[in-house]
Amino acid sequence: MSGVQNRAPLLFLTVLIIATAGLVYELLAGAIATTVLGNSLRQYSITIGVYLFAMGVGAYLSKFIEQRIAQRFVDIELAAALIGGTQGLLLYLAYGRADAFGVLLYGTLTIIGILVGLEIPLLMRILRDDLDFKDLVAKVLTFDYLGALIGSLVFSIVLVEMLMIPLERIGILFGLLNCAVGLMSTWVLREHIYPRGRLQLRLKGLLVGGILVLALVYSTRLRIVGEQGLYPERIVHVEQSPYQRIVLTSDSSRLSLYIDGNLQFTSMDEYRYHESLVHPAMADAPAGARVLVLGGGDGLAARELLRYPDLGSVTLVDLDPAITDLARTLPGLRTLNGDALADARIEVINDDAMVWLDEARPGAIAPFDVVIVDFPDPNNFSLGKLYTRRFYRLVREVMKEDASLVVQSTSPLIARKSFWCVERTIASVGLHTVPYHVSVPSFGEWGYVMARRTHFEPPARLRADVTDGLRFLDDAMLPGLFTFPRDMAPVEVELNRLNHQVLVHYYSAEWAQVN
Amino acid sequence: MRLSRREMLSAILGTPLASALAACEREPETAAIAGGFVEPSMEVGHRLRDAAPRDGDFEGAPVTRTEVAIVGGGPAGLSAAWRLARAGRDFRLLELEPQCGGTSRSERDGGLRHPWGAHYITTPLSDGGPLVELLDELGALSREDARGRLGGQEELLVREPKVRLFYRGYWYPGLYPRVGASDDDLTQLARFERRMAGFAALRDGRGRRAFAIPVDASSDDPELTALDRISATEWLKREGLTSTRLHWLLDHACRDDYGLTLEHTSAWALIFYHASRMDPARDNDADVLTWPEGNGALVAHLEGAAGGRIDTGQLVTTVVPEGDGVRVDAIDWRSGKARRVRARRAIMAAPRFIARRLVRAGLPAGSADFQYGAWLVANLHLRGRPRSRGHEDAWDNVLHDSPSLGYVSATHQRGRSFGPSVWTYFMPMVDGDARAGRKRLLEPSWQDYRDAVIADLARAHAELEPQVSRVDVCRWGHGMIQPRPGFIWGPSRWAAAQPVGPIHFAHSDLSGIALFEEAFHHGVRAADEVRAALKEGPT
Ligand SMILES: Cc1cc2nc3c(=O)[nH]c(=O)nc-3n(C[C@H](O)[C@H](O)[C@H](O)COP(=O)(O)OP(=O)(O)OC[C@H]3O[C@@H](n4cnc5c(N)ncnc54)[C@H](O)[C@@H]3O)c2cc1C
Repeated sequence: MSGVQNRAPLLFLTVLIIATAGLVYELLAGAIATTVLGNSLRQYSITIGVYLFAMGVGAYLSKFIEQRIAQRFVDIELAAALIGGTQGLLLYLAYGRADAFGVLLYGTLTIIGILVGLEIPLLMRILRDDLDFKDLVAKVLTFDYLGALIGSLVFSIVLVEMLMIPLERIGILFGLLNCAVGLMSTWVLREHIYPRGRLQLRLKGLLVGGILVLALVYSTRLRIVGEQGLYPERIVHVEQSPYQRIVLTSDSSRLSLYIDGNLQFTSMDEYRYHESLVHPAMADAPAGARVLVLGGGDGLAARELLRYPDLGSVTLVDLDPAITDLARTLPGLRTLNGDALADARIEVINDDAMVWLDEARPGAIAPFDVVIVDFPDPNNFSLGKLYTRRFYRLVREVMKEDASLVVQSTSPLIARKSFWCVERTIASVGLHTVPYHVSVPSFGEWGYVMARRTHFEPPARLRADVTDGLRFLDDAMLPGLFTFPRDMAPVEVELNRLNHQVLVHYYSAEWAQVN
Repeated sequence: MRLSRREMLSAILGTPLASALAACEREPETAAIAGGFVEPSMEVGHRLRDAAPRDGDFEGAPVTRTEVAIVGGGPAGLSAAWRLARAGRDFRLLELEPQCGGTSRSERDGGLRHPWGAHYITTPLSDGGPLVELLDELGALSREDARGRLGGQEELLVREPKVRLFYRGYWYPGLYPRVGASDDDLTQLARFERRMAGFAALRDGRGRRAFAIPVDASSDDPELTALDRISATEWLKREGLTSTRLHWLLDHACRDDYGLTLEHTSAWALIFYHASRMDPARDNDADVLTWPEGNGALVAHLEGAAGGRIDTGQLVTTVVPEGDGVRVDAIDWRSGKARRVRARRAIMAAPRFIARRLVRAGLPAGSADFQYGAWLVANLHLRGRPRSRGHEDAWDNVLHDSPSLGYVSATHQRGRSFGPSVWTYFMPMVDGDARAGRKRLLEPSWQDYRDAVIADLARAHAELEPQVSRVDVCRWGHGMIQPRPGFIWGPSRWAAAQPVGPIHFAHSDLSGIALFEEAFHHGVRAADEVRAALKEGPT
């Protein structure tokens, strides 16, 4: 009996693992294609078709390999390990570049398919003389298909659903497994490979393994590089806080902040947004005003407040310490907010604004002259709750009798129902409202709602001592902000309540139309 | 004997789930997670059963005199006390546990408030009656919608997202597994909902709702009560409702509210669950009111109203008519001392399986028809929130293929979406034979329960165990009365609610359905019976 015959079980294990890994590469490509290009049915059918076709091409090409078949076989295995293993990562690197992504996806998929397609015919030819052919064909194909079954089950149920391993890591892990099998083959098939060839193959194997281990270690960092593709400017800071994903980008002319992929501001025109948020509400504020800012951890609203020489104090409540820390430490952001959060008049509290207002009752918080509400748009329920009747009732309780409230209220043009839903909901808790809007190029037409406990007229002029420093607002343009053209005029809406957050539904429907 | 992990999981979670878990899961590392059994004084209860004290033990014991003695400080007993207090009557309430509330008990001190059993009630559909009075005292209701209709205060109405379902590796909004549902599934669901809306709008000849809360307000029209004699499964078959998804949904409802599977639930009870909560005028389900500590908030308010006339830690052993009044014997089990209460009237607000042992007077037959489901409740204390794939965290988080009902999050209603929380995990023992379920409940060790609960939830939450600091487990042997076919409209329930001499009865058992509203109804009813009797009777 030859040595190879003795090691037959190991050979079949090799077949099994090749097949499992091959299927995982294919599924991975399908899954990533779906996340980037959408339309899962089409992505899966195309990736599967392309892959199977490439395997056929590989099987055909196998007939052109005539010498040192075993050595070539191991070479091919290692190549499949390298390309298959890093494919997921490569695809993430091409994230956001739709043209390059398609080429890379189908390119790597075809190469991997060809490599995997070469493997089985070659292996059968290697073993033709060692094992009974009838038996060989039966067993090799059995293990091949069995491997496919295992691959599909393990991938979807165990790795993705139960262990929730990130996709790019799954690829690398299977690459490593594939590489280990390649190395094992240099021993199992040693009778078929010259000693020098064996040494060469083992060195190559170690090299491939090393690359894959490095890829595994750096996969998270590399993915961020890939994430870059989603943003128009260079990423200068990425942070995953327990609450949200924070990305800051910049180029020579601007600095931009994204939370969970949504633009929060860009330095080119954020002054338009923040001046309009703060100064109308501050127009009648008394000297020594106590101001409450809910949200606004970037310090930009605070910067506007600090223009008032007679400002009393500012209490700023933002959920995420990561944001307020950035506002205090990141040089670009500090320049932009004028280091506002370092000012002694500003107290920063990191808490959920709603819980803070609720738990501080009754009467534990001294009431404020001005309340500025600057939350991200209501695109999920934990943000949506900050736009409910319950929330505005809590806000009302900390407003002095003649206090002004202002709420950033998304775009009345793109999300008309959402905007008026916010306005109606504020009005429903017994506040008098005055809605207004401005144009912020990077956002579009943007809306705010001012409110007070008693009836009031829109402010006719801003505080004279701050107007000089402003870049956007002036007294002449004020009246125009308060009229709404027809395409932004009020519409019939329901109120937003904690137990039925219509706003989240309005908002996602309205923005889905433009995105 | 220590079971293997596989055997343990399959004993608690059932074999299919256990095999799936054992086959493809790394074992969660749970050894560092603290906790233990936290439960009512089962021991004391057993002492009562095994060595009932004799009358001799009470000779010469100190005697308390009062107008009305109330036995049991669950919602029923406390509601009776509340009603009597508001009517200016004198009473004394004796409760076995150190804390009132029964199966509506909760944890209120320190840390995060959370329930041990009951966690919500339904906003009443009509504006009036004692329940509305109680909820108004709590400031829980509002009438500020455009038509001045009754609703709950916004902060008490469950915050959206209310419920999500873990189904095939993903969390989906809502409870019904819509993904992959066929047209036929959806048609059947719609047909079922229409059928329920029909029942909700149905009135009998006397103008009563066909299905109303409390059960006693429902129509007793024979055509409707006949539905109580068949099982829910049988009714669905007759209706041609065969969709597996619909059956899953309804089975979940029965397990959730009654601790029974569809085949052991009365068809009347299944319809009651849906139709009694629907408001035909508004064409939707009444909203659910909840507090972070669940119905513990109601319990606390009722306790406050009793104004110090509650004695806890009192094991009542005998209730017996004596002279023109009634005598109640009890042991203060912390001191071991016996005591007596003499009253003109007594209200038995302990569950029927206990009442039948305590009351020494001719009780009607049929006590054995009261069957109880065993429940496991585990409170998981979390340092932070584990990840989940799919829909946002909800209040009620249901796992599709689990014998448990999933968990309710104590911080949801507060609006805290991050940081520490407590999850209350519920699992009814739905065995066909109630006694077998009770036995099964008591077998596993606390460690077994801890590991099984975590294994079950870890399917839906990667990296769960590092977030869990403790798992406290409560086993309710007689957790809930079960509306099995024939019970609600059978003779025993009605007979058990009738006073026997000076002894009146109040407990949710007497409805056949374990709801706060039912306990409240019987408490108020018994208090009103007593008030009427005291007015008539000799002074
Ligand atoms: C897991 C679980 C979840 C539930 N969820 C809900 C829910 O969400 N909403 C809802 O409405 N209902 C729910 N229920 C049902 C709800 O708890 C009951 O409807 C309600 O608590 C019943 O009140 P009760 O007063 O009739 O009885 P119990 O709560 O059973 O109170 C009886 C009291 O009598 C005392 N007692 C017993 N024996 C003696 C004795 N010998 N001497 C003195 N005192 C004694 C007991 O200690 C207890 O305090 C749930 C029940 C369980 C088990």
